[in-house]
Amino acid sequence: MVLHKLKRLFSKLGAGCINKIWRLGAGGRLFWLTLISSGESFRRFRLTIREVYFTGVLSLIIILVSAFFVGMVLALQGYHTLQKYGSSEAIGVLVALALVRELGPVVTALLFAGRAGTAITAEIGLMKATEQLSAMEMMAVSPIARVIAPRFWAGVIAMPVLATLFSMVGILGGYLVAVPLIGVDAGAFWSQMQANVDWEFDILNGVFKSVVFGVACTMIALFEGYDAPPTAEGVSRATTRTVVTSSLAVLGLDFILTSFMIAV
Amino acid sequence: MERTTIDLWVGIFVALGFAALLGLAMKVGNLTTSSIGQTYLVTANFENIGGLKPRAPVKSAGVVVGRVSEIVFDPKTYEAVVSLNIDTRYNFPKDTFANIYTAGLLGEQYIGLEAGGDEVSLKNGDKISQTQDAVVLEKLISQFLYSKATESDDKPSTTASTSTESTGDALDASPLDKIGK
Repeated sequence: MVLHKLKRLFSKLGAGCINKIWRLGAGGRLFWLTLISSGESFRRFRLTIREVYFTGVLSLIIILVSAFFVGMVLALQGYHTLQKYGSSEAIGVLVALALVRELGPVVTALLFAGRAGTAITAEIGLMKATEQLSAMEMMAVSPIARVIAPRFWAGVIAMPVLATLFSMVGILGGYLVAVPLIGVDAGAFWSQMQANVDWEFDILNGVFKSVVFGVACTMIALFEGYDAPPTAEGVSRATTRTVVTSSLAVLGLDFILTSFMIAV
Repeated sequence: MERTTIDLWVGIFVALGFAALLGLAMKVGNLTTSSIGQTYLVTANFENIGGLKPRAPVKSAGVVVGRVSEIVFDPKTYEAVVSLNIDTRYNFPKDTFANIYTAGLLGEQYIGLEAGGDEVSLKNGDKISQTQDAVVLEKLISQFLYSKATESDDKPSTTASTSTESTGDALDASPLDKIGK
């Protein structure tokens, strides 16, 4: 009896592991197929532009509003701590570095996964459930080239743009709290920021991070949609998995990227 | 959605992104302020560089004139060899003094150049011979404590000898003073 239960437990564990590895491999395969068949999404760039509109432009409101509030909160919290050490002028550096290096790319990616990633998964899952993808294959149109690749490149383009806007608007929010509200000197705010934020090490690394997150988030959303069981329940579960997997992937990748960037 | 509307919005979106990047570069980052164009390389040896790091500023009269490019340890002389990238716009005499200073009490460390009076100026690959090490706080504190300790050691014996001279009382004097007499 006990042996039987133990056997079931282990086979469950094994099946789970095999399933995870299979999904990773299938995701990698889809990524590769997307890359090699993405010629069309550049030849017919209008396809990609359309998707940039849906993933990027329509995410603009949520990204900008949250950036504004994140910047303001950063300034308030930062001031609270910095003034204990009598260095409240360093608040500009704090806000800018936190946003440009970490919060800009990461929070944008998390919001992007929730706002655009779920939409991509649901759309592709429904396309699959209603057999639109099969219909394309019947007409000798590759659904990967026609549907997946433009969405992928749109996500890769939109993410760094959104992250850069996030950082900029966040800094403006921090400025509004620090200078007019708290009364930090405006000159010190900007000059300390300029003295301590490096173009290459901070800003370009942040943009690079957001490009990586763009690849990861969009690819996970596309794979979950492409892999979803063609039922209503399957699509809804795939949508949930997109958010969970993307968020974990972004946070994990962020640690890896940051450790490489700081180490060099 | 109309095709041209989508195009317009995506165009605005991407343009906003570039504007934000430009804003970050110009207003937030140091692309404008510390863009050091052409540089020449000079080295300086220090016995102790304290907390100096690569990419630390090189300042003269408080103005950033270059950056520290590399710090290596020389196993022959047991000294740190610091390479400095200095903007070609600024020429320094050959006998320039290189000091390691600290910005504020606990701030970052930087290299301060003090121009000498030599007619010949530093060229690419030259070595600054006159250097001053970083001030290590622990050393300073231990020196201070040591000097305090020696001061307090001296004091009792001097007071004792003066007291013996003034009063002439043998009981107050230490045995050593007796021997001296």
